[in-house]
Amino acid sequence: MAHHGHEPTVDAQLAREHGLSADEYARILQILGRPPTFTELGIFSVMWSEHCSYKSSRVHLRGLPTSGPRVIQGPGENAGVVDIGDGQAIVFKMESHNHPSFIEPYQGAATGVGGILRDVFTMGARPIACLDSLRFGRPEHPKTRHLVEGVVAGIAGYGNAFGVPTVGGEVYFDDSYDGNILVNAMAVGLARTDRIFKGNASGLGNPVLYVGAKTGRDGIHGATMASAEFDDASESKRPTVQVGDPFTEKLLLEACLELMGSGVLVGIQDMGAAGLTSSSIEMAARAGNGLELDLDAVPRRETGMTGYELMLSESQERMLAVVQRGREAEALAIFAKWDLDAAVVGRVTDTGRIVVKHESRTIADLPIEPLAEGLRYERPFARPPEQDARQQLDVSSLTPPSDLGATLVALMGSPNIASKEWIFRQYDHMVRVGTVQRPGAADAAVVRILDGAPDPAEAKGVALATDCNSRFCFLDPFEGARLAVAECYRNLSTVGAEPLATTDCLNFGNPERPENMWQLVEAIRGLGDACRALETPVVSGNVSLYNDTDGKSIKPTPTVGMVGLIGRAADAVGQAFPLDEKDEGVAIALLGVNTDEIGGSEYLARVHGRVAGRPPQLHAAREAAVGKACRALVAARLLRSAHDCSEGGLAVALAESCITGAHPVGANVRLEDDLRPDLLLFGEAPSRIVISYPAAREAEVKALVAVAGAPFARLGLVGGSRLVIAGKAGSLVDVPVAELRRAWQTGFKTIVT
Amino acid sequence: MRAAVVQFPGSNCDDDALHVLGRVMGATARFAWHKETRLTVDGHAPDVVVIPGGFSYGDYLRAGAMAAHSPIMAAVKEFAANGGPVLAICNGFQIACEAGLLDGALTRNASLHFECRDVHLLVEGRPTPFTAGIPAGRILRIPIAHAEGRYLHPDVARLEKEGRVIFRYVDASGGVSDAANPNGSMANIAGICNAAGNVVGLMPHPERASESVLGSADGKLLFDALQATLDKNPRRVG
Repeated sequence: MAHHGHEPTVDAQLAREHGLSADEYARILQILGRPPTFTELGIFSVMWSEHCSYKSSRVHLRGLPTSGPRVIQGPGENAGVVDIGDGQAIVFKMESHNHPSFIEPYQGAATGVGGILRDVFTMGARPIACLDSLRFGRPEHPKTRHLVEGVVAGIAGYGNAFGVPTVGGEVYFDDSYDGNILVNAMAVGLARTDRIFKGNASGLGNPVLYVGAKTGRDGIHGATMASAEFDDASESKRPTVQVGDPFTEKLLLEACLELMGSGVLVGIQDMGAAGLTSSSIEMAARAGNGLELDLDAVPRRETGMTGYELMLSESQERMLAVVQRGREAEALAIFAKWDLDAAVVGRVTDTGRIVVKHESRTIADLPIEPLAEGLRYERPFARPPEQDARQQLDVSSLTPPSDLGATLVALMGSPNIASKEWIFRQYDHMVRVGTVQRPGAADAAVVRILDGAPDPAEAKGVALATDCNSRFCFLDPFEGARLAVAECYRNLSTVGAEPLATTDCLNFGNPERPENMWQLVEAIRGLGDACRALETPVVSGNVSLYNDTDGKSIKPTPTVGMVGLIGRAADAVGQAFPLDEKDEGVAIALLGVNTDEIGGSEYLARVHGRVAGRPPQLHAAREAAVGKACRALVAARLLRSAHDCSEGGLAVALAESCITGAHPVGANVRLEDDLRPDLLLFGEAPSRIVISYPAAREAEVKALVAVAGAPFARLGLVGGSRLVIAGKAGSLVDVPVAELRRAWQTGFKTIVT
Repeated sequence: MRAAVVQFPGSNCDDDALHVLGRVMGATARFAWHKETRLTVDGHAPDVVVIPGGFSYGDYLRAGAMAAHSPIMAAVKEFAANGGPVLAICNGFQIACEAGLLDGALTRNASLHFECRDVHLLVEGRPTPFTAGIPAGRILRIPIAHAEGRYLHPDVARLEKEGRVIFRYVDASGGVSDAANPNGSMANIAGICNAAGNVVGLMPHPERASESVLGSADGKLLFDALQATLDKNPRRVG
């Protein structure tokens, strides 16, 4: 093994600077029987990083349900794949780009979008939609405005130019994200079931192609950065953030899809975190093969790059492809057509080793298996002693507001509830002429599938949503994760889509702290429990740990993304009550049951200044019944609107249905529950959907709801210009919808303008 | 109808234009690759050329500046010079201005943000192949999606006098106001035509509003007008 003159000496100290513990370095010495070269040390450090190896989470992730009748590809590939019939599949995944986005919000968020798009199109899918789940610190924190503007501009700048509609997501503010924001991007693509590609380096002697952008020195050790806590010095890590080029990515998409149609492709993988290193090692590992790389052939945009730098660069918009031997020229011609760099940089071997050559010297010669298998830690976990205190909530000590109408107006203006139009107006959410339910119009986005549809007006559609309430997860990570799955399931059901499968992005603090590890373990258990109960297997996902700054961890945030299928996209319903009041008018009803559960609610936080109590209890069977009822009603074309109860509870759900349409309209509602009024109005019990329908067709509505076994309560009628809610004891809320709308329209905008 | 949809690297509304022309309008619609020097649709001259939206060449220089110099644009200019109808949408409008097919320039939105939302447009001006037959005063609801759509021209009065302002941003009841202007365009101009009237450019996306399932079919009126124009005058140009 040759050593280069000016390379640092490899020892335990240098290994520590690479994020490898003393034990991990000892293990490397044992595997190799010699000290690693500098390049080899770099390779081990990224492959064994938390980000690439999932070393803390892997033993727990095994408990997730990952199979089902619709699942074509579960976790372990670049993205998950589900069957949507007619020889078509949906390819999707969610991934975090938290640390880069905090350091450099525009490029951090932009390259987060770019990375997840590549994960999807590397499998043979054309991206048809993106969603972004964002978490920022307190609105009044001095950094928040800058971070919101930068992240939103970055997502827009990349997705809009690439040409994928950004159709949904969520945005929440909480002080636990003050020093560590979350940017979770989900991409969804459409593929043919007979043309799905995997990251597989099979076929002895097959050439390995490098395609896409040239390699520079950007992003070296990004994966290592994502595997450490933040501190004051982290902002000096700006050079580790990559720079995105959506134009090159668009060309790469078209060229890759053309390559996939040409019949010469064997396997392909995106060069994401840890670049050439992880893509080559993972592809070889999946095929049980070895790989030889000649770095001199790698296209580069800087001179004097070392082998170490070439192997660890995280330059964007690059792919590694294995093609059939003898057909290299056909592949290279496709990339030439799209004006992209492409070069043969290696070949598949049967040695089970990765051998890297640079300037005629072998600079790395490592066994694939221990690199790809990574490490597995069973880190200690323990319920924190303060968890009991967190769950304490004496409701009788909370003074009910004297004016519940004013409270509702205040909640409508909460940044967590208020309109996010300022954000989604910056996203091109309509490109590809597929968006049937736009952001803000419905609980889930709906994108029609034009390919293969005999009549575009009758095309089927996919419904997409992301959800997570981190307050619930903080108060009870098991229940909080279950509730996140349930809300996603419900969001898809409200538009009329059958939930098919799940992706997740598990954002947690440093796993070396037992309480953080406990949150992770509990959340994964909750995720598995709910996904099993609701039959929405987890097909892909990402784990982001070390979301801490100066020792303070974020609230546990297991973001859930889900894909559903609707037979006719045009049938999907929005959340707004209709304006017309012909015949007997439009009736409002609730599918589900009201409770007085107030723990972890927006009301409790915003009005009483507390994050406490137990989150509401999920009854999975009821959630399934409510979802089934709503889907049946949509399919029968009986509904005029459907909207789930989430932050702010039933009162906010009713108010949103009044004001989010093109023409705001009032409603008259009477609630018969024997519950304390503020808890009844603002409690956040799950499994509830507010529906509206022509009153004349109530018998048909009730019949379908009964078949599904869902609870049903008629609440009132759409009409007028005020939202009037009466309880058993008299009037609770009587507010002009114009006032609700004003609060809702300005609540978020004031943060950024 | 034979339609050619120009395809630049970075075009991303090319599929959408092809979809509406082909599947909604029933035309024979084909892409015209930017490296080509001739416009053909299955071996025939096209009846119409559409320059679609997107981010041609990434728009890293001024939007449309690179695409304006690509080989296919010489053929588009020749087609237009011979009276062929050209519809330039969004990035296509920017390219057409850069290429000299249309007058004026499209600059950064006054909001400094990308704006994606429905707007209302008043159809006015002289008849063009894409607006002939649309009743005067008709208001269309069509989405915009751009960051650089602020239309500037040194002599708007002349454009107005020549009837070359074809689409104007208005409110839902047809009023021209700053509130209805999504990008700060001079005189609320959303779309114009050339002196001969056969080249029309607009920032809004009619192809995104040509099917009621997408919320509005008002954009289809432009393609219907084109079909009617071609039916009346079936000469092949180019």
